[in-house]
Amino acid sequence: MSSTTLDRPAKTAPNAFTQAELGWNAWLDPVPEEALTERQKEGLVDIARAKSPYFRLLAHDPDILRARTLADKDIFYNTRSGLGRAERELAAAAASRSNGCIYCASVHARFASTFSKRREDVQRLLDEGTGVDIDPLWNAVIEASVALTATPIAFGPEHVRKLRDLGLDDLAISDVIHAAAFFNWANRLMLSLGEPEIG
Amino acid sequence: MTQTTDVLDGLAGVAPGSALDTLRRERPQTRDNVQASYAALFEAPDETGIAQSDRLAVASFVALLHGGPAAEYYLGLLEAEPEGGKLAGLIRRQAERGATKGPYGAYPPGPLSREDVAGPIFKVEAADRAALGERLTTALEHTHQLVFHLRDAKESDFAPLKAAGWSTSAIVTLSQIVAYLSFQIRAAHGLQVLGLHALGV
Repeated sequence: MSSTTLDRPAKTAPNAFTQAELGWNAWLDPVPEEALTERQKEGLVDIARAKSPYFRLLAHDPDILRARTLADKDIFYNTRSGLGRAERELAAAAASRSNGCIYCASVHARFASTFSKRREDVQRLLDEGTGVDIDPLWNAVIEASVALTATPIAFGPEHVRKLRDLGLDDLAISDVIHAAAFFNWANRLMLSLGEPEIG
Repeated sequence: MTQTTDVLDGLAGVAPGSALDTLRRERPQTRDNVQASYAALFEAPDETGIAQSDRLAVASFVALLHGGPAAEYYLGLLEAEPEGGKLAGLIRRQAERGATKGPYGAYPPGPLSREDVAGPIFKVEAADRAALGERLTTALEHTHQLVFHLRDAKESDFAPLKAAGWSTSAIVTLSQIVAYLSFQIRAAHGLQVLGLHALGV
């Protein structure tokens, strides 16, 4: 842990939205990896998540973590019809951009880039904000996600109509709703239980 | 298969056999686990040290701050608890005082500072503080930030909660309650709009 730059911490919190990989530090003590009970491991669903301080912190209440994780995986990874992977990640990134979750936005902007192969368009959402003008479908997904993220909620029939006019069926529109709503769950945990760090 | 009433269906006005019902059943893992999340927070025996009436008080507060049918749902459950009627009245009063628009808050100083949006920091008034107790008071103050200005969160926010007796595991559960409600209310709202305005076209 020796360092020659004593005048600043080795790692710093990001102050801009980015698609780079960030770390995350918990503000409360996660369950130590070696102390995880069987039930807490079941809560993690994927044992690889035992490496993550975020999931080990949530493992303090394992049953809600398990149900949350299984819902999360289905909302984003179940591509039996409905909305494409890229647009689900776009909805997650847009909700995170609106709430101000730099960590969540980094992960899901990166996924949106991976699935859409449109890294520069995704970066414009991060740089310019949720008012960005990309293309009709992406604009509509972003607008719907931001309207659903507002409190009180501003999502209305006009958002459904616009998505439908752009060719989304009811299941795909429901997928937009679930992806954006889910990040109002995730953002609140990620932003309040710890903070991101660069490097 | 599913014996219990699905809470999200109730909040979104999903009638059995309706097009919206069919739609939700196309994603059974989501449907089941959104309900299982509710059950873990509000129906399972408490393991992290938060009384059922406190869970329902926080949920009612979140729902009232959002508006919509979830508020009456959670207040109804709260009122059925011992002393719940009195507590429900106190929660309604806090929600009236705490009503605002989000998300607002400040970013870490830098290029995003131009997007900082000012907004109120909710504090329970002294008289209600005594009636609610320190534990629930600090939880409600924390909840208001999580609902409206989550990007203001910082490590020192936990100090008042810890001083009022909130353990790490109880804070995790509290955070999950607020975060889950923030999802559930939005999913219900979105599905209800979808059901009224898109299906059958």
